[in-house]
Amino acid sequence: MNLNRRTFVKLGLAGIGGAVSGARAATAEEPGNLKDGWGVLMDIPNCIGCRKCEYACQEAAGFAVAPIESFDDKSVFADHRRPDVKSYTTVNAFRSTTDSVAESQANGKFVYTKANCLHCLEPACASACLVGALNRQPNGAVTYDAAKCMGCRYCMVACPFGIPAYDYHDPLTPQVRKCTFCFDRISKEGGAPACVSICPNDALTFGRRDALVKLAHERIQSRPGEYVDHVYGEHEAGGTSWLYLSNVPFEKVGFPLLENRSPSQLTEALQHSVFKHWVPPVMLYGLLSVIMWLGKKQDDGRSEELPDSNHQNVRRRTNSHRRLPELCAGITEGGHS
Amino acid sequence: MNALIHPMPVSAPFRSSGFLVLAALAALGFGFAMYRFIFGLGAATNLGDDYPWGLWKALNVAAGIAVAAGGFTTTAFVHVFRRSAFHAVARPALLAAALGYTFAVIGLIIDLGRYYSIWHPLLPSMWQGDSVLFEIAMCVMSYLTIMYLEFAPVVCEHIMQTEAGSRWSRLALAADRLLSQVLPFLLVAGVVISCLHQSSLGNLMLIAPGKMHSLWFTPVLSLLFLLSAIAVGFPVVIFTMLMTSWSLGRRPDIRLLADLARYAPPLIGLYLAAKVADLVIREQLGLLVAPGLRTVMFHLEMMGGLVIPLALLLSDGVRRNPRWLGAACMMVVLGVILNRLNVFLVAYEPLYAKRTYFPSTAEFAVSVGLIATLMLLYRVVVHYLPVFESTRQERLT
Repeated sequence: MNLNRRTFVKLGLAGIGGAVSGARAATAEEPGNLKDGWGVLMDIPNCIGCRKCEYACQEAAGFAVAPIESFDDKSVFADHRRPDVKSYTTVNAFRSTTDSVAESQANGKFVYTKANCLHCLEPACASACLVGALNRQPNGAVTYDAAKCMGCRYCMVACPFGIPAYDYHDPLTPQVRKCTFCFDRISKEGGAPACVSICPNDALTFGRRDALVKLAHERIQSRPGEYVDHVYGEHEAGGTSWLYLSNVPFEKVGFPLLENRSPSQLTEALQHSVFKHWVPPVMLYGLLSVIMWLGKKQDDGRSEELPDSNHQNVRRRTNSHRRLPELCAGITEGGHS
Repeated sequence: MNALIHPMPVSAPFRSSGFLVLAALAALGFGFAMYRFIFGLGAATNLGDDYPWGLWKALNVAAGIAVAAGGFTTTAFVHVFRRSAFHAVARPALLAAALGYTFAVIGLIIDLGRYYSIWHPLLPSMWQGDSVLFEIAMCVMSYLTIMYLEFAPVVCEHIMQTEAGSRWSRLALAADRLLSQVLPFLLVAGVVISCLHQSSLGNLMLIAPGKMHSLWFTPVLSLLFLLSAIAVGFPVVIFTMLMTSWSLGRRPDIRLLADLARYAPPLIGLYLAAKVADLVIREQLGLLVAPGLRTVMFHLEMMGGLVIPLALLLSDGVRRNPRWLGAACMMVVLGVILNRLNVFLVAYEPLYAKRTYFPSTAEFAVSVGLIATLMLLYRVVVHYLPVFESTRQERLT
């Protein structure tokens, strides 16, 4: 059977139909359920750099988009372009490492990759956001709620892939901008992200993430030597919804080498250890209070008679820095001169 | 709590040349801040998708809060540890810290994209407790409130002195009495809250390990931030008091400040030792000789901000000389400011970086303007309110 993208989606949905009919409904509602989410597998060798996915993305996001023919312009590949406020996904060309630059330009053999939000399973951006504007949804999409956002841009600092863009040009209602995983489209029966739907060369496959991981490994095994033996996104940064297969090493085509744990693990561990049942702050408070109280008993023994024992504004204290003659002369306090 | 012998407003001419310079800088900063609000962050700053955080976050917010640590260290020293000999520095330190945090928040408002939503962390429905920034926001909000309450007795005293016998005076007395019951608890809470957020500011950048240079990235960055905040506390208070005395034409109480300065070397030394130990344990000593701007900045921070002032402050002669004491304390303060700039800006290596970030004119103008406004306000407040210990001459007039 020719396992193309559409067939896979149909199979995936059929499989899901069977699974959901069980008692999965309850777990599917929890955002924390990392296994029950959509994913996309990108087969990098299959990408021909046509950039139709960029066109579809801009159109689906509602931006004014240039005619689709203009996306055939290969000159844009001269620069490494990152996703920005008007283009949630970008395709970049990398020289195939086996060829020289001249050879690559002559025979047009480039490796094309598509950059966009990877919709991490444990997103650092969501952990960073202090008002909860970024959240991982039950279906796997990491979504942004501008109504909550303060525009502090800590999410941009946090993202290990450097994805979120910002409306710096907008003085009044700037937003964080990134791929939405076509949330509305994928929430519908049979829906898929716009980029996946338009891809003419089966470079993108949409389906259940765990099924895609399996598919990716099967593809590596079934075509030995064609792929680097690694599924990028399976474990990086704690695992991402977007997975990648490549014929050249990933770091050569713009993928950062990351650890297999979410960046938020360190910060959350540090925060949770300090606030574990509030013990450390309360203990410090108690310790300082005791020191202050013990000192008070000593001070009471040392100070002179208070003018008003109920009034705690102590006006006189023995103090090596006071000049006794002036105190004794009874100089009064005045108002401001 | 307010156990100064004779706190009084400071009488000194207002419109000095220094005052005019500060006013001009403040006005310039205000103008550029308006530019930011009208035309947006993109027009006013050199921020970008590659560098989301810039001078305002690093200097006015992060370094501002670090240097305002003079408030909680002095409060702990004078009120918790009962070193009442230093009461004279408690109010000036508190005022400087309260203004410091206020202007850190103002700087934040200018930097935020959707500044009108800055109140969102007050709503429980928006609390996202895993975020380091969440804890910092809650702590800064509560600590600001505590500092304003701590300062309220100064205002009450002023009202009681100037409006003696009136209804306002009776209200102020009642408020003062109520506050004196509550303040001991708030004071300790303030010290605890300060420790929490001063250290958490160090945790902020740890969410981006891949983007932080190894000279500064360390899992114990929060401890280093806390130790540096404690270390800078007395130097900043001493420096503030020396500067204020100098600008007001008063002689500083050098004996008091010299005695306070005796406590600085152990705290600075502890921070320095922790930094060195961290480099050793992480086996990154080799970075100290790696060529590059970052290495230079690190050495500047260590030598100029820690080693040299530490050596100076160990000397009794330095501590008793106002100029040398001021210089040494200023070096410690600048060193901690440089450390925050290094951690948030210099150490930051974005992925796919095509440029290096350098602040724009507007960013510099706003940063400087905020600092100038803070100094102006400090000057105005000490002129009208009983913050400073009065001089013998002032009491005689």
